[in-house]
Amino acid sequence: MQDIIQVRDIMHQYGDKTALEKISLQVSQGEIHGLIGPDSAGKTTLMRILCGLLNIQSGTVSVFDLDVSKKFKEIRSRLGYMPQRFSLYQDLSVEENLLFFARLFSVTVQERNQRLPELYAFSRLEQFKSRRAGALSGGMKQKLALSCALVHRPELLILDEPTYGVDPVSRQEFWQMLKSIQKGGTSILVSTPYMDEAELCDRVTLIYNGKVLASDTPTKIKANWNKVVFRVTSPEMKELEPELVKIIEIESCQRFGNELHLVLQADEAASIINQLETRFDEYMPMLEQIQPGMEDIYLSYMQAVQHKEPSHAG
Amino acid sequence: MPDNSKSLMIQTTDLTKRFGRFTAVDKLNLSIEKGEIFGFLGANGAGKTTAIRMLCGLLKPTSGTAVVADCDITHQSEQLKTRIGYMSQRFALYEDLTVKENVLFYSGIYQVETSRALSVAEELLSEMGIDLGSKALTSSLPLGFKQRLALTCSLLHDPRLLFLDEPTSGVDPQARRAFWNVINRLAEKGKTVIVTTHFMDEAEYCHRVVIMQEGKAIALGEPAVLKNEHSVPNMQQLFLKLVS
Repeated sequence: MQDIIQVRDIMHQYGDKTALEKISLQVSQGEIHGLIGPDSAGKTTLMRILCGLLNIQSGTVSVFDLDVSKKFKEIRSRLGYMPQRFSLYQDLSVEENLLFFARLFSVTVQERNQRLPELYAFSRLEQFKSRRAGALSGGMKQKLALSCALVHRPELLILDEPTYGVDPVSRQEFWQMLKSIQKGGTSILVSTPYMDEAELCDRVTLIYNGKVLASDTPTKIKANWNKVVFRVTSPEMKELEPELVKIIEIESCQRFGNELHLVLQADEAASIINQLETRFDEYMPMLEQIQPGMEDIYLSYMQAVQHKEPSHAG
Repeated sequence: MPDNSKSLMIQTTDLTKRFGRFTAVDKLNLSIEKGEIFGFLGANGAGKTTAIRMLCGLLKPTSGTAVVADCDITHQSEQLKTRIGYMSQRFALYEDLTVKENVLFYSGIYQVETSRALSVAEELLSEMGIDLGSKALTSSLPLGFKQRLALTCSLLHDPRLLFLDEPTSGVDPQARRAFWNVINRLAEKGKTVIVTTHFMDEAEYCHRVVIMQEGKAIALGEPAVLKNEHSVPNMQQLFLKLVS
């Protein structure tokens, strides 16, 4: 498959602070590619570089096979970008915002008249078209911002944390919208701090402190991770957890909602689990191997990076 | 619910707020005990923020009453504000001040004696691995540290009740867990913690939650009990089932 985005060895610094440390990744034509990581991982910096909004300090970036440092104007007319902060005019109505973005991208009146009803049908915003954008709820604002980024029928969408601070129901609806945009042939690069959204992407890049932890399909990332996860539940969770944390053979013991996840080396898992069952019999633990989630893997890679470098001093 | 009203930190009776013809909070009845970690869940626009603003004494109810930390929210809102701590998702810290300068600034705001504020901060921050004497500006701290500093600033005046508005948005998964350990310790020491979050796994960490929709409480109780009642494996499923 052809790459619509190619990033090679990108470094970026703000003063003496390194935001991106030799990042490389590819986004294929037609895929939804997730950029997964917390705040200050470098997601926004990378996206701004892709959109030609930040100069490239070192490394190469091409979008649509065009060099971003030379052809950013042409690239910009073919991509839609939804920044992290609400990018719309709060005191314009829903419709006025759409018309504004259509003019900004030189969409013809004829084209625009065809496009707006499509976007309304898709976002279900038609009944709110005369409402001021500032008076929309959080989920609706995100749908309008997405619609504005789509008004010129871009080949590539770059979305910076579109579901940040959005409730689970609106998040689900937003992802359904992304899937239908993808079906129309648009490629999507989307960043998110919610690890569960990784499962909805065709491929993901896990990013932390300006470094790529892994970049592949969710299935392959899980297959290439050579550890296993056991879920622990117990009626005496409060007593059991501090005991488990002390055991050095357990690589990590993390709370996930009302259960604990133990990460173990695959080849040692069976014997460790046996020992735990006997040793903590009094707490009546239920231990069960489960498929690792993206959050298990992210935490594991993240801890490996932290062990290699000194932690940040306050 | 035990009937010992002295252990109640929050009690609301038909608490209602209307903006024009729009009812943001509709007859909310809640009793929250001392030492509870209580979660407010709901879609954007469900009324969580309006409810919390009333409970903080920042907004007067249209009808109904609430007693928070032994203060009537309508008539004793100034006194109420001295008894509560509030931490917003934007971490209201001054980025170009050092850690210590932020602590001193907030001790001034909350009228806490400097020496007392510094000892409270020292205890809370060293527990989290942050050096109060560091010359570094707040802007250079990792997000997880900023979050803990913001929490510390909201605790300087030793409030009985703490409001956390999406406290973990954007911080990494490890820092999110460390933060919840701190919340648990605070609750064990008797602080009442009210938290809003969109991370449904965090809803599991609350002792009780309320799920709001269109200003009303559509579910209220312990996560385990609610999941059981609705036959769902986790809070995410419960939320999607009730709110969709």
